[in-house]
Amino acid sequence: MAKVTIDGHTIEVPDGTTILNAARMIGGNIVPPAMCYYSPLKGSGGKCRTCLVEVSKGSEKDPRPMPKLVASCSTPVMDGMEVKNTSSPRTLEARKGVVEFLLINHPLDCPVCDQAGECHLQDLAFEHGAAKTRYEFDRRTFDKIDIGPYIKLHMTRCILCYRCVYTADQITGSRMHGVMKRGDASEISTYIEKAIDNDFSGNVIDVCPVGALTDKTFRFKSRVWYTKPLDAHRECDKCCGKAVLWNVGDEIYRVTARKDQYGEAEEFICNTCRFEKKSMSDWIVEGPRKIDRHSVISANKYFEPVPEHTPLLNKA
Amino acid sequence: MKRKLLIDKAGVPGIASYEVYRREGGYRSVEKALKSMSPDDVVEEVKKSGLRGRGGAGFPTGMKWSFLAKPEGVPRYLLCNADESEPGTFKDRYLMEHIPHLLIEGMIVSSYALGANTSYIYIRGEYMWILHILERAIAEAYQAGWLGKNIMGSGYNLDLHVTPGAGAYICGEETALIESLEGKRGNPRIKPPFPAVKGLWGCPTVVNNVETIAAVVPIVNDGGDEYAKIGIGRSTGTKLISACGNIQKPGVYEIELGLSVEEFLYSDEYCGGMKNGKQLKACVPGGSSVPILPHFLVTKTAQGESRLMSYESLADGGFQTGSMLGSGGFIVYDEDQCIVRNTWNFTRFYHHESCGQCSPCREGTGWMEKVLHRLEYGHGKQEDIDLLWDIQAKIEGNTICPLGDAAAWPVASAIRHFREEFEWHVNESKLSQQRNYGRVSEKTFVNATA
Repeated sequence: MAKVTIDGHTIEVPDGTTILNAARMIGGNIVPPAMCYYSPLKGSGGKCRTCLVEVSKGSEKDPRPMPKLVASCSTPVMDGMEVKNTSSPRTLEARKGVVEFLLINHPLDCPVCDQAGECHLQDLAFEHGAAKTRYEFDRRTFDKIDIGPYIKLHMTRCILCYRCVYTADQITGSRMHGVMKRGDASEISTYIEKAIDNDFSGNVIDVCPVGALTDKTFRFKSRVWYTKPLDAHRECDKCCGKAVLWNVGDEIYRVTARKDQYGEAEEFICNTCRFEKKSMSDWIVEGPRKIDRHSVISANKYFEPVPEHTPLLNKA
Repeated sequence: MKRKLLIDKAGVPGIASYEVYRREGGYRSVEKALKSMSPDDVVEEVKKSGLRGRGGAGFPTGMKWSFLAKPEGVPRYLLCNADESEPGTFKDRYLMEHIPHLLIEGMIVSSYALGANTSYIYIRGEYMWILHILERAIAEAYQAGWLGKNIMGSGYNLDLHVTPGAGAYICGEETALIESLEGKRGNPRIKPPFPAVKGLWGCPTVVNNVETIAAVVPIVNDGGDEYAKIGIGRSTGTKLISACGNIQKPGVYEIELGLSVEEFLYSDEYCGGMKNGKQLKACVPGGSSVPILPHFLVTKTAQGESRLMSYESLADGGFQTGSMLGSGGFIVYDEDQCIVRNTWNFTRFYHHESCGQCSPCREGTGWMEKVLHRLEYGHGKQEDIDLLWDIQAKIEGNTICPLGDAAAWPVASAIRHFREEFEWHVNESKLSQQRNYGRVSEKTFVNATA
């Protein structure tokens, strides 16, 4: 066991736990944001650099601070480590920088993007971004690609978190696509239209933190905050059958996996459940789903009023 | 006496062939190591020698070797990093082209010291002809019994392979090199675990630069203590410097560390001074990644001491007034060169070579390139200079691998020392398209901090 202090909160965690997971065990405001780390996916993380934190004390044995900010999702805790996340101006400054970098080539087409309302980048930009861009050049664009009949890839919005690559690699059992080219010309590709075709390919939509991979059965049908999330399940011979239905009235607009407060799927679901079972008679409804994340989806939900710390409301 | 340990025989006709190399005393270190030394003895000699990594970071090689994990029943690997892609650096090329057997000899001794039975030389794809030179040399070494099973009857086996890269600068980063060698996309790995614990195919691995491995040969031949006598302070031994730019005699020189920069730059033995009687404007002493120095800080430190070609002296004053020895790519600029253009050129390189894995480097390098392009072509604004400073500050230290730092440092140092030239590009945008700024004015650094 290792004792770690994050922003003044001390917790004891098993050896080998990452700083990010230790922070998640504590919970609350001190959890660093993560755009690329996805705990069910092995090897994910370390890439987006939004979870950078300052280690002000390395460990009990070696109390020297770490010279650089470290990616909390891939750095294991040491006994006696002291970490500063929101209490470190250096961290916040670097995070602001990362958000700016992520946004300079992002199209910011939130008004027409299906991910809007549940987009991690939106949340991140809202909390850490600047209101005005300093980028005055053309943004990177790509053509939209259809991946099979159900998934649309819009690379222009991609932040290259590699989550979908790991998903296709690990959940579907065979390597199907990867990243081509390099630097800011990198793109998710390799005969993608032909390659991704199996029962679990739809999960790449759930893992995508932005609107780069979207559900074609839901595209442009509604906004997520107009739909009502319901926990439901069905007998499925391929997957666990536990899903969230996003309804307008009795009509199922969209089916997704159940995600926890960090947007990570609790259990992956198959394409049949996701794309083909769109009638209420297919599902046994358990009740309304509580969405923990403080994004726009929760704004008019059943249980919680809008949290008081929401910056936009405080300003108004 | 100026000693050359690595390339003193480079001029011998036919030294690339095994017969000539052996006649000139080659492979003595292998004989000595295999017959009279244990692997730990070799590591001990390297530790004593104070040899530091010649690829750029200058990490003590003996220490790096002693970090290598040695679990039972797991193979260990030695990789030679011959992916020399740093703009301004061409020392390994010279060494491999002229004396390929020196590298092979060094690989055998180093592999023996580390207990590796398979070793690889990862060479950049652009050096295809050197790959053929090395392959021929390896075949000769196999034939002469220096490679393969039971070398010299010692019971030690070693297979040596050469693998070409496919033209990516990033594959010179050790974990990206390992990924590339495994046949994957050359993305740097997230550390920890470090290669010394989990490297090639998950096994403990040491990655060393060509010159570092070659330097093991004289260390074993003459002993670590003898090697440590050369040089100054913690910078021991000799170093290959590839000098280029506006100098009389560009080329690869082997220097004893501790030589003064002034002598290196102006003596006829080395660079031979500035070309065409021009004045020195700036110097990048260790390859494009290291901070650029303005003319008044090249031969003298901020304290007025003579600057030496050593790890410590070149770094004197930190990044405020110093630079780094780096990989030894010594680039000299005369008064006719434009620093804005040079910085843009470097940044263009890093933009092109960024692997695109982590966001600060992927997006930041492209952004810096665009802003610098605008400045260089006279469309810049005053805020652009501060913007550049801010972008580089947000890349530096926040990336997975050192490429982010390497992209940020040249920009930071150029703005730090040549800000007036950047401002001139904005204020006199028309004039800046017709002529170059010339030398910047001398500044004094009283309290060199930050």
